[in-house]
Amino acid sequence: MTARPDIPSRTKTALPADHAVFAGPIQALVDELSRLPGVGPKSAQRIAFHLLEVPKEEAVRLAAAIGEVKDRIRLCERCFNVAENELCTICADSRRDQTVVCVVEDPRDIVAVERTREFHGTYHVLGGALNPIEGIGPEQLRVRDLLERLSDHNIVEVILCTNPNLEGEATAMYLARLLAPLGIKVTRIASGLPVGGDLEYADELTLGRALLGRREVAG
Amino acid sequence: MATFKDEGVVLRTMKLGEADRIVTFVTPEHGKVRAVAKGIRKARSKFAGRLEPMTHVSMMCWKGRELDVVTQVEVIDHFRGIREDLDRMPAAFTMLEAVDHIVVERQPADGVFRALTGGLRTLSEGTGPALLGAFLLRLLALEGVGPVVDSCASCGADGPLVAFDEHVGGFLCRSCRSGRPVAPDTVALVRQILGGQLRAALTAPPSRATAEVERLATAAIEYHLDRRLRSAHLAPDGR
Repeated sequence: MTARPDIPSRTKTALPADHAVFAGPIQALVDELSRLPGVGPKSAQRIAFHLLEVPKEEAVRLAAAIGEVKDRIRLCERCFNVAENELCTICADSRRDQTVVCVVEDPRDIVAVERTREFHGTYHVLGGALNPIEGIGPEQLRVRDLLERLSDHNIVEVILCTNPNLEGEATAMYLARLLAPLGIKVTRIASGLPVGGDLEYADELTLGRALLGRREVAG
Repeated sequence: MATFKDEGVVLRTMKLGEADRIVTFVTPEHGKVRAVAKGIRKARSKFAGRLEPMTHVSMMCWKGRELDVVTQVEVIDHFRGIREDLDRMPAAFTMLEAVDHIVVERQPADGVFRALTGGLRTLSEGTGPALLGAFLLRLLALEGVGPVVDSCASCGADGPLVAFDEHVGGFLCRSCRSGRPVAPDTVALVRQILGGQLRAALTAPPSRATAEVERLATAAIEYHLDRRLRSAHLAPDGR
């Protein structure tokens, strides 16, 4: 979870002991739950009391699911996606096109790309984007692993699928420069207007790029 | 609720909750402003492309107690020249980071704001090797802690100045010297930058002096802020 040191009202620390209003185990559960992202003290209380009321099997199932995820999920050795085995389901799938690699910042971005059903290649998770102000440089990302992977395999195309923001664009430009000498085709995802959007409210940068990246329409 | 209008440059953004971001601006009238941009992480947000770091905007905000809320934004300059060039980005990031640490919330920062927009515009139009050093020195001068450049910072002698020590606060003569040794060209370049000949200093070709000015300006501002500028020590181009 990202720490948010600047917002005192939202910092997630347990109340001091003399503030504990519930019997020990319930308070412990409320405290644990309120550490979760997006869960404040009030929601934590509601969830805790809900768990108290549901049949025991249901609550135990939740506890087991949490335990299992921590025990069994690790990172794919090839692409660093979350995986159950050495390789994630995508890397292990022989029907996927192993010659195309889509570079993303985060495993959650894989889910987003998969939902499009337009991509049939494999992925590489960088684990973030270049962000000099936060002290994140190439060494903090899985750039070396990507280079090793590209030298080993028969890869013909790398798709740079980082976020279209300042950090993501910087990362894409950096990778494009780094990969240029390898002679592999490097592409960047297009950027433009969202489906269902409204030109009137489009910002100049997005609309400008949409115009630059226009395509001929077959009549 | 009260609203205010101001110009601003986005210094950085931070995720907040599910779809929001806290955006930090430097503004001429309100100094540092931290405001929530609601829904900015959604694909159809009207803010998303406008509140990226390094964007010069004109905006309207609700005034909040701790954080303000962005209501309207219009872009004045995206500085596309920097955005699309990996070689200019490190300097731009360092400028943003330095300003972020120097400005104070709700205290007018007209001078710093103008220096930043000017610096980014210059960088966007073409790189000057002395630009980052000059920007940081100007920032220190605006803060009232510009280095002593006309005489020895320790004994006041006019004599040849041969060293720079940020702990003493400027250039030093032969008998007082400490810190890092500097070439006469470097002293001349710093004098140009702080003495109203900025334009001439910015057109200087890359040389040992321009590199030295950048190093000593970084050291001086880090000493003043009492922290390292992270962007100044990362080379995102991998060199």
